[in-house]
Amino acid sequence: MSTTTVADHEEHHAQPSGIMRWLTTTNHKDIGTMYLTFSLIMFFVGGLMVLGIRAELFKPGLQLMNPDFYNQLIGVHALIMIFAALMPAATGFANWMIPLQIGAPDMALPRLNNWGFWLLPPSAILLTLPFTLALFGIGDGAIATGWTFYPPLSVQGGIGVDFAIFAVHLLGISSVMGSINIIVTLFNMRAPGMTLMKMPMFAWGWLITAFLLVATIPVLAGAVTMLLTDRHFGTHFFDAAGGGDPIMFQHLFWFFGHPEVYILLLPVWGFIPQILETFSRKPMYGYKAQVYSLWAIGALAVVVWAHHFFTAGMPVPALLYFMYSTMAISLPLAVLFFCWIKTMWKGSMSFETPMLFAVGWIILFGIGGLTGLVLADVAADAQYHNSYFVVAHFHYTLFAGGIMGIMAGTYYWLPKMTGHMYNEKLGKLHFWLTAISFNLTFIPQFFVGLAGMPRRIPDYALQFAEFNMISSIAAFILGFSQLLFAYNIIMCAKGGKKATDQVWEGAKGLEWTLPSPPPYHSFTEQPTVK
Amino acid sequence: MVCTVYVHRMASLDQNKEPKDKELTSKQQIDLKNKRLVKKLLWMVLGSLLFAFALVPLYDVLCTLTGLNGKTSNTAAVLSKAKVDNTRWVNVQFITSVMPGLGWNFYPKQSVVRVHPGQIETVIFVAKNTTNEVVVGRAVPSITPGIAAANLKKIECFCFVNQSLKAGEEKEMPLRFFVSPELPKDVSDMTLSYSFFPAVKEGD
Repeated sequence: MSTTTVADHEEHHAQPSGIMRWLTTTNHKDIGTMYLTFSLIMFFVGGLMVLGIRAELFKPGLQLMNPDFYNQLIGVHALIMIFAALMPAATGFANWMIPLQIGAPDMALPRLNNWGFWLLPPSAILLTLPFTLALFGIGDGAIATGWTFYPPLSVQGGIGVDFAIFAVHLLGISSVMGSINIIVTLFNMRAPGMTLMKMPMFAWGWLITAFLLVATIPVLAGAVTMLLTDRHFGTHFFDAAGGGDPIMFQHLFWFFGHPEVYILLLPVWGFIPQILETFSRKPMYGYKAQVYSLWAIGALAVVVWAHHFFTAGMPVPALLYFMYSTMAISLPLAVLFFCWIKTMWKGSMSFETPMLFAVGWIILFGIGGLTGLVLADVAADAQYHNSYFVVAHFHYTLFAGGIMGIMAGTYYWLPKMTGHMYNEKLGKLHFWLTAISFNLTFIPQFFVGLAGMPRRIPDYALQFAEFNMISSIAAFILGFSQLLFAYNIIMCAKGGKKATDQVWEGAKGLEWTLPSPPPYHSFTEQPTVK
Repeated sequence: MVCTVYVHRMASLDQNKEPKDKELTSKQQIDLKNKRLVKKLLWMVLGSLLFAFALVPLYDVLCTLTGLNGKTSNTAAVLSKAKVDNTRWVNVQFITSVMPGLGWNFYPKQSVVRVHPGQIETVIFVAKNTTNEVVVGRAVPSITPGIAAANLKKIECFCFVNQSLKAGEEKEMPLRFFVSPELPKDVSDMTLSYSFFPAVKEGD
């Protein structure tokens, strides 16, 4: 590959301004910004829904809403947080940072990139519109099956299910396009000298994520399409009376659903080590071991799906297989944890906000992982399945492991993206409020779950009242402290102390060689990696 | 704008259909490489989608072959010529349920029978239509433990065909079966569950 770059061809042509700039942009930074903004907005939408749920659970009995509306909030909260908040945030970082990190002028398929983003707002509308329609007497509200769409409930549900099915189709197309774009970029657009094994860890995390998405999202699309035809076109994929099988849906769904968990986490496992090495001021420990572990987890992710429904009835050999293969995932994860800790070991550490989030993340995500081992045990799972223990477990992995990781990344790269430093004091306050209220929200849920409180029910037995009250109060603190996060980001985008090119003293990598913020066309001269 | 440049590029690619590598700028080379990789990845996406639909028949075959999920054969078994194994006893329990939308009562006359493997047994199930109209239902069986599902051989079963009951009609329906002597040694109890569903209309 010669060193002539695309930037040479693409002189700064006149750009449309205002809304047309954003509608038509093919610039990876603009699209990254749109993804991240969309994600932040949807984070608050999904958060608002869960505050409704926690308000209802504040006291036993039914206070604020009927059970049907409660079920709708549960399902849409999950769908929004997973598909509209967490996934777009990771894609936003990928758009912003991958070209910068690998020395590429832009993403490989810029127009596809634009299309991928603009499918998201319509799908968010599809998900939430049934709430509004119900106010006008059209339909009976949003999807009330939980995010898993299990039949026969989803076959019997109202128009909310159809809306959700089409939303999932759009979201799926969007993320498959995003993944194709990222794979092509990483394979074909790396700077000369940057071999695969010299790629930044974030690029590795995303490469595996992208392959998982390409392999599993179409399976989800197929499964919900079967649901749609069962609902409206007289097929019986999941109807036992017609020779179908509702359990088969669970297999199809979780064949996608379990890799989805790693899809949400792998990008975070990519950039957390970069944050750790920056603020420990020493190179990341065990680069190769981490890359191989990421691959191992990616491969194991697609063969363990049935641990999500141990209690649905399976022969003992199948139970044992899914139990042992699930537990086997903890081995490469243990390697990762070791590498993360060893990266900090004897480092010259400092605790700016990104580092606080990263270190807190290791501990909290560790709790999420260990409680997952408990649930992977078939005998224990018979007791804990569908209890609040599960809810607490996956919030430790997805809120702490996912969203707090994304927050670490946000504070880490925000000065690079905006060119200004954020307010460090507010950032630290945000971390402590988030970390403490998060634990206060979910530790009680472990307790009530162990004591037998079932999930997805708007009412509960009296003995769970105190813990639920603590959990609800903490959830509101957690929710409102996120306003600090939004405020800090907005103020940082508007102005503030100028950020240097390197931003952080120990930061290494191509993205830190560019000015902050990077120019519209990043590299005027293609960098070479030795 | 990047977009227009991209369009120009595509146009110039179309004009010289088989460009020699030398004439291509590095930019065009990357574009060609990108296109090829995108095509491969789109094949992967299509493959995954087809895989999802292929799982439907695969799942059925796997379940019937292995008895995973307690699925049993829905056709009559050939009458047993195997010898009755008098040294073993097996308890076969019966559970019945009626799914929503079907106004029937449905229960077995005996809730459990004790049989030797190979011995043919008949159990009567009773269904009563409590509504004022003709209702067609379909019984769907499931066996626990799944590992024994293939060993319960039904010679005659009301679950092989749809059952129609007139308003208020009560019907006794026989199930004739035997437990195959090949039943795994460690299985001493099995449960046969019948769920009666509203039957699916023909051509539906």
